[in-house]
Amino acid sequence: MLRDITLGQYYQADSVIHKLDPRVKLIATITFIISLFIVQNIAGYLIAAAFLTCVIKLSRVPFRFMVKGMRAIVFLLLITVVFNLFLTPGETLISVWKLTITKEGLRTAVFMAIRLTFLIIGSSVMTLTTTPNNLTDGMEKLMAPLKIFRVPVHEVAMMMSIALRFIPVLLEETDKIMKAQIARGADFESGNLMKKAKSLVPLLVPLFISAFRRANDLAMAMEARCYRGGENRTKMKPLQYKKRDGLAYLTLVCYLSVCIGANMLIRLPF
Amino acid sequence: MGIIKTEKLVFEYIRRDEEGNVEGITRAVDEVDLDVKQGDFVAILGHNGSGKSTLAKHINAILYPTEGTVWVDGMDTAKEQNLWEVRQSAGMVFQNPDNQIIGQVVEEDVGFGPENMGVPTAEIWERVEESLKAVGMYEYRKHSPNKLSGGQKQRVSIAGVIAMHPKCIILDEPTAMLDPNGRKEVVRAVRALNAAEGITVVLITHYMEEIIHADKVFVMDKGKVAMQGTPREIFSHVEQLQELRLDVPQVTLLAYELQKSGINMPDGILTIEEFVQSISNCGIRMSAKADR
Amino acid sequence: MPLILDHVDYVYGGDTELAVHALKDVNLVIPDGQFIGLIGHTGSGKSTLVQHLNGLIKPTGGSIYFNGEDIHDDDYDKKKLRSKVGLVFQYPEHQLFEIDVFSDVCFGPKNLGLSKKEVELRAYAALKQVGLEDEFFYQSPFDLSGGQKRRVAIAGVLAMKPDILILDEPTAGLDPKGRDEILDQIDSLHKEMGITVILVSHSMEDVAKYVERIIVMNKGSVLYDGVPKEVFRHYKELEQVGLAAPQVTYIMQALHEKGFPVNTEATTISEARDEILRVLSRA
Repeated sequence: MLRDITLGQYYQADSVIHKLDPRVKLIATITFIISLFIVQNIAGYLIAAAFLTCVIKLSRVPFRFMVKGMRAIVFLLLITVVFNLFLTPGETLISVWKLTITKEGLRTAVFMAIRLTFLIIGSSVMTLTTTPNNLTDGMEKLMAPLKIFRVPVHEVAMMMSIALRFIPVLLEETDKIMKAQIARGADFESGNLMKKAKSLVPLLVPLFISAFRRANDLAMAMEARCYRGGENRTKMKPLQYKKRDGLAYLTLVCYLSVCIGANMLIRLPF
Repeated sequence: MGIIKTEKLVFEYIRRDEEGNVEGITRAVDEVDLDVKQGDFVAILGHNGSGKSTLAKHINAILYPTEGTVWVDGMDTAKEQNLWEVRQSAGMVFQNPDNQIIGQVVEEDVGFGPENMGVPTAEIWERVEESLKAVGMYEYRKHSPNKLSGGQKQRVSIAGVIAMHPKCIILDEPTAMLDPNGRKEVVRAVRALNAAEGITVVLITHYMEEIIHADKVFVMDKGKVAMQGTPREIFSHVEQLQELRLDVPQVTLLAYELQKSGINMPDGILTIEEFVQSISNCGIRMSAKADR
Repeated sequence: MPLILDHVDYVYGGDTELAVHALKDVNLVIPDGQFIGLIGHTGSGKSTLVQHLNGLIKPTGGSIYFNGEDIHDDDYDKKKLRSKVGLVFQYPEHQLFEIDVFSDVCFGPKNLGLSKKEVELRAYAALKQVGLEDEFFYQSPFDLSGGQKRRVAIAGVLAMKPDILILDEPTAGLDPKGRDEILDQIDSLHKEMGITVILVSHSMEDVAKYVERIIVMNKGSVLYDGVPKEVFRHYKELEQVGLAAPQVTYIMQALHEKGFPVNTEATTISEARDEILRVLSRA
């Protein structure tokens, strides 16, 4: 289950979007999210939808993978919609019993739903087309200026990438420990919450001990291979902007201008 | 002076109880003198807790001597200015294959060492390619380490060390967690490196069949070097090895048992061919006697 | 109480192309009191197989009967099964968690819902059976040596009084002496308590000395099942699947090829020695 969340993300394909520099994809995702909050009318959302559709088509990732990410937030989406629908004051449309739906409520509810959906799909495009490693590299490079403020950017990136490397290892280990304890009659399923929490002790103790041991071993192995932080380090796969990345930035600027333009010029009832 | 040399090396650590009070001092390595020649294949044997891993960690400057000195390629490992050069000259491969691979892709892991050393990008790629080829893992360069077998993971770890262009590599029980096939894979790769690239190898193990081809063997016990010599010399002392919680290959043991039963067998037989040859000689001698 | 595997299949990974056929039509009878070696290289299905024996994994085809009852019947008590078919996993680090050795061994019998007194009696007996000295009983299990940890892990399962004891690679990572000590201990458990033991290993040399029956797994199927001598007769086939007979077998074969009239069936050092002595004295 956990495995699907962490590893099922990246979708291997040979597309322009996959090849883009992770920095472009990070900035594009942020820009896209900002654009969703700038636009206030249906025309803006149509433009956003058109942009998103183009990117998805270019990425060659089947659409159903994008929707997968939606499942996790269906509940959140519903709550947002319901709250906005019933609790926004304004011109009454329908009123049943104590519940009132207003024109403004309907509008905000619909827009919020669209925003959230686009937001999730938009970020999925990024995670589906970028390996976690690449993503960490991109973040490290983008956040490099923060080093002036003594933010340990390199260390944070290294930690993220090590965490990603060890998630599957620890998941497998959890499974083994669980089986070893079940073989000794442990019960991880029945009982009330207190009992369940207590039953986790035989699982968590060996898991933590093992994790610390691994951390210790790994630190030693890294030092043995001359690791001494980010200073004077070279990169095997340095990030370098290519022509297509410039084009992507240009497209992004165009998209954002169109969005702002549409928002200012077009006045629609919705 | 050889590539690795230790003189009266002592390592002690303080044991503490749960409250942090000193319980006593353990001498894990006790006055060890080693001298390893460039290009040699040296094996260090010993039971669990004999101090062999502690000794190994000194060669890579992970631990520093309490007393005595360790030199790697003429550099004193205890001097801070030598630290990175020592670690680069003496690469280290550890026991647990899962806990030493840092990269999420095989080739990225092999590139980790050169990256840390500040090797230019183009050269990193060359080194990664040649190192992976040297251990026969080139075709797996794009794979995730999580999907590899134990033997393959250890070969990747070895490649990660060779990519740093060390003069010697120290392998600290690299096969202890592997199955017999994985063990063979790793030992074969290590032997090839020693023979083809001339890299000095220090192999720490308790599997006797892995040391048959070593140039020199040190047997450790209680922090001291208990025996040293060629594999044949070492294997000639079956009883002493057994006292040191070790065993010998079945062929050596069988020859020893026959010797005890009065058959005239030479000491320290290492291979089946040697064994069959000696038995034939015996047979001939015996039938000659019978003829007379 | 015999354990019977009837046409057991296990497939995982769904019905896509990625599906893995981990066990294929496995038929086995494990009668009372046998000492069995289960051999196969990594990925041969031996670990999957042992996890079927105590119901940790449910087969996708076929049935498993313990004492005549199908262990996957809806009303079958799995907890009871797991106490009767004890499984000790490869690394003791995966199961030790209590603050001291004695409490850790109590975990199994406590889960069976026994009285405190009975739990402690069983824990004490189990620790004695694996040969751990009293001085270690109230130490943290994490401070023990590799061999001692393994003994504690075995005791943790023995304390549930199993009829069948399955040990997955109990000697991994131990030095030669430690390995011999653990195997000798297991051997004496089998002899003294009459318990059925299944020893999972990839080393023929380790098991040849102790077991009376060897089951060789390859690619999810049972390749050979018989007494050691019979199985080692197939040493050439064993090599093809990445396994090997003990070195003794090769020595005897080499002598035989060289024209010595030795019987090639010796599987242990002492048998081989006696056989060679016999042939030499005749010459």
